[in-house]
Amino acid sequence: MVNFGNIWQYLAVQAPLQSALSGDQFNASKMAVSTYTLPQLPYAYNALEPYISAQIMELHHSKHHQTYITNLNKALQSHVAAIASNDIAAQIALQPIIKFNGGGHINHALFWQNLAPAGSDDASPTAAHSLVSHIQSDWGSLELFQKDFSAALLGIQGSGWGWLVREESGKLRIVTTKDQDPIVGGDVPILGVDMWEHAYYLQYLNGKAAYVENIWKVINWKIAERRFLGAHDDAFGTLKAAV
Amino acid sequence: MSSTLLRTTPALRGAFRAAGAGSIALKPAAMASTSFVRGKATLPDLSYDYGALEPHISGKIMELHHKKHHQTYVTGLNSALETIAEAESKGDFTKAASVAPLLNFHGGGHLNHSLFWENLAPASREGGGEPSGGLSKSINEDFGSFDAFRKQMNTSLAGIQGSGWAWLVKDKSSGTLQLVTRANQDPVTGSYVPLLGIDAWEHAYYLQYENRKAEYFEAIWNVINWKTVAARFEKA
Repeated sequence: MVNFGNIWQYLAVQAPLQSALSGDQFNASKMAVSTYTLPQLPYAYNALEPYISAQIMELHHSKHHQTYITNLNKALQSHVAAIASNDIAAQIALQPIIKFNGGGHINHALFWQNLAPAGSDDASPTAAHSLVSHIQSDWGSLELFQKDFSAALLGIQGSGWGWLVREESGKLRIVTTKDQDPIVGGDVPILGVDMWEHAYYLQYLNGKAAYVENIWKVINWKIAERRFLGAHDDAFGTLKAAV
Repeated sequence: MSSTLLRTTPALRGAFRAAGAGSIALKPAAMASTSFVRGKATLPDLSYDYGALEPHISGKIMELHHKKHHQTYVTGLNSALETIAEAESKGDFTKAASVAPLLNFHGGGHLNHSLFWENLAPASREGGGEPSGGLSKSINEDFGSFDAFRKQMNTSLAGIQGSGWAWLVKDKSSGTLQLVTRANQDPVTGSYVPLLGIDAWEHAYYLQYENRKAEYFEAIWNVINWKTVAARFEKA
């Protein structure tokens, strides 16, 4: 039976999966589709103040993230029905919707985890010994890395995300992604920053440079270290738990 | 007014063409009153007060949107044009080409917002209601009815993944009206003449509507300036 319990796997293997599933012997109607649910935040809505307001956090988590999950679940149900009825056109038409909403779920779930209250032990780069020493050897210093990362974030045209990723080779790289495109496939997302306007607008208005400057005060370096040292699937652990 | 666009130097017009926006610059009919002074883009004045679109769009949104966001596109466009002109004078075409994404983004942002402000009006003045005359006839022919058109445009707006715009356009090749969406600040170009644009970036509604963007897409019909849309349609 196909394991649909992991949206990351699902997005990564979706295309080959479909061809493997074609044929009359496949009975999709018996296949259960996992329903994704909103993961709890590991801190209170006001825990990231004054850098991210409680109002932003509450809307962002309880409304925006929830909407991605609701639409993802809907799209996955329709997709199973489209497989059951051998409707390839409907399956293809659903792919961008699954990518957008599944990506929105993945990205936000990773984002909440890689934030922590300012001043906490987790929010100190000393909680990421290995990662920071790799960053220092690649960028020269943590400050130079932060400068590069911040510039990448501010260079995003429209909605999107900035990520520090670990390539399969182990090399670190800064990437930006548009809209809700997720980091799926080979790269491991180490830390992500949401650059959609809804992530900062109520507090920072058009001053997104100030948001980018302040986000560094609430980065959870302990989680970043864990993702850096862990296996590829470990970074997506919270998503499995949220099923 | 729009003809002042043509006063830009040949180099600048070339830059516009390189970014695919040439058709707008060469067709003043579709162009808003974007003014260029000595080849510089400048922020156009609004023809109404920031608070004039309330309660449908708050004065605070309008002020930030015009004074800050639009201004940033104007500044970015001028900076991109300067970089291109400088690169051109040195024969550094690689450098000039590298600025294309910034020219498209900021140039598009300037054009889109200039068109947007003009296709809005206070509900107490020209804003809202329904189009009449030839525009109304074409909408009925191409969409079935005004209500069907409105519904389709709202569906297009709701379907934008990320930041972008939805436009009612006239397709000059077929002569029909169509709905198109554009990502980020990509301008409407080619055979499409933009008639009516609605900004679906979060900064256009978030302070008032937060995550309830469907409410913004409903409310904005109360402040659509059909007189402007009809004038663009007649010239297209």
